[in-house]
Amino acid sequence: MQNIRTPEGVVFSLMLASPIIRMLAWLVDLLVIGTVTWILRMVVGLFLLVSMDFAVALWFIISFIVTIGYGICFEWLWNGQTFGKRLLRLRVVDEGGLSLHFGQIVVRNLLRFVDQLPMFYFVGGTVALLNARAQRLGDLAAGTIVVRQPRIGSPDVDEIGGGKYNSFGLHPYLEARLCSLVTPHEASLAVSALVRRNEFDDDARLKVFRELAAHFQALVKFPPEATEDISDEQFVRNVVCSVYKLSENQTGKNHVRKNTL
Amino acid sequence: MIINLQNFIDREQPVWDELDALLVRIGREPFGSFKLDELKRFHYLAERTSADLIHIREFVTQTELQAYLESLVSRAYSEIQEKHTNSMRFKPIHWFFKTFPRTFRKHARCFGLAVAITLLGSLFGGGAVLFDPDAKAAIMPFSHLGGDPSERVANEEKTDELKLEGKGAFSAMLMTHNTKVSILVLALGISFGVGSTVLLFYNGVILGAVMADYLIAGEGTFLTAWLLPHGSVEIPAILIAGQAGLILGGAMIGWSNRLSMKMRLRAIVPDLTTLIGGVACLLVWAGIVEAYFSQDHEPVLPYALKISVGAIELILLFAFLTFSGREPVEVQH
Repeated sequence: MQNIRTPEGVVFSLMLASPIIRMLAWLVDLLVIGTVTWILRMVVGLFLLVSMDFAVALWFIISFIVTIGYGICFEWLWNGQTFGKRLLRLRVVDEGGLSLHFGQIVVRNLLRFVDQLPMFYFVGGTVALLNARAQRLGDLAAGTIVVRQPRIGSPDVDEIGGGKYNSFGLHPYLEARLCSLVTPHEASLAVSALVRRNEFDDDARLKVFRELAAHFQALVKFPPEATEDISDEQFVRNVVCSVYKLSENQTGKNHVRKNTL
Repeated sequence: MIINLQNFIDREQPVWDELDALLVRIGREPFGSFKLDELKRFHYLAERTSADLIHIREFVTQTELQAYLESLVSRAYSEIQEKHTNSMRFKPIHWFFKTFPRTFRKHARCFGLAVAITLLGSLFGGGAVLFDPDAKAAIMPFSHLGGDPSERVANEEKTDELKLEGKGAFSAMLMTHNTKVSILVLALGISFGVGSTVLLFYNGVILGAVMADYLIAGEGTFLTAWLLPHGSVEIPAILIAGQAGLILGGAMIGWSNRLSMKMRLRAIVPDLTTLIGGVACLLVWAGIVEAYFSQDHEPVLPYALKISVGAIELILLFAFLTFSGREPVEVQH
């Protein structure tokens, strides 16, 4: 993670891409360059009918432009992304979180000449593995980092289960006591567990919710009719809905209010 | 305190959606196409989302919501900061005739150092051939330079017609090869300048060896007429690439500079881009001259003509790098 603090004091973090995933993106780019070169070779081959000298000259220049210009061109046009990086959701960004300058893109791409020495990016890969921010020499010189940008959708509270029936709602005094006893950290832990529940394997999921439910049960004793026949996961969901006040009538679809700015 | 998450999301979601939509639009269109009101709105939305991030981080830790807001804030931040430099249009004429020579002069000491390293290499290469003729075989990079210079001159001067066949490909090969060498000279500057120095010295060794070989054989006129037309541009271009490599090396070392390495490198990145771009332009010209002019000799092209052309190129290049892009001195009344 690369933490960035803006002049306004806002801190946000960027997920650094590991050298392995960057290598995969490079292989994709290599494939693209190979394909484009192959197609252009076919096209330039047509000029052999006119003049061999001209065709060979054209080929020298085109292959040079494609190999040197591919990274520069796409990272500039796509704001830090090539085909490979786009496919793997990577992006080159300024290490200070600012927009990339053209000079930075040129320098990081030209320094590939050293990074790829003696072969297969041995120098660049070794430097990236040893560097805390996974920067190869080109990144160090240009002041850039490569970050992962996984698709992050807008949060959906319904996913937590806010729209479902909450048996704790029948006991408002106990619910209020629960709210006063649960700390923000415990509450956010429960939310995280619910949001990520499908990422756990079965045993881990059961264990996580059993421990969370046991913890919350120890805080407030709800009557048996509120807790009977519900699983540990449902118990934790009820706790979250009570603490964050996610009631049935609040979480209907399309509940988002109009812009009130 | 635990915030009412549902109310918070309900209230702020339209702000985030609007910011997201604007960021997507900015990705497609430059900032120049935005009206002032839209820019103000964008700034407001970015600030409000930043405030939401601080709010949510204070009360709820490690949630998807935090990750979502961080992604929005980081995108907005990078778009707001320093975007103006990217939206400037590139003016090639202004860049080549003003920015490039100014940048060259700004780092004249590094160019002087590159010249000195190459001269040292030349002295070493020339001395090696002068005092140990057997060293020639080890130093010369190309087989056609390994033979007797007088024999080569005699062979070259047998041709009495101008040939154009294959010169286009040769010219393109020279341009691309020399540009790659120049990029390598620059890039090796990252090794604290050691790599660039070694490469400049090695180029000097080869140049000195060739010059000594031809001068010892009494073929000085042929050598000048052969090398000067393209060398008057090609050699300075490689030296400018070396200058860029030494600038990079200097920024890595940071002698008598209190800035951090990161700041030093950030400061020189635009200059490196300008210098290597200028070098590429010079090498295109040098490639054309070398293929179409330098490789033809007497009686096809008189040596006097070739030497004159080379000398004129050298003077023009010197004048270009020394005077082009200078601001006129204002006379104070």
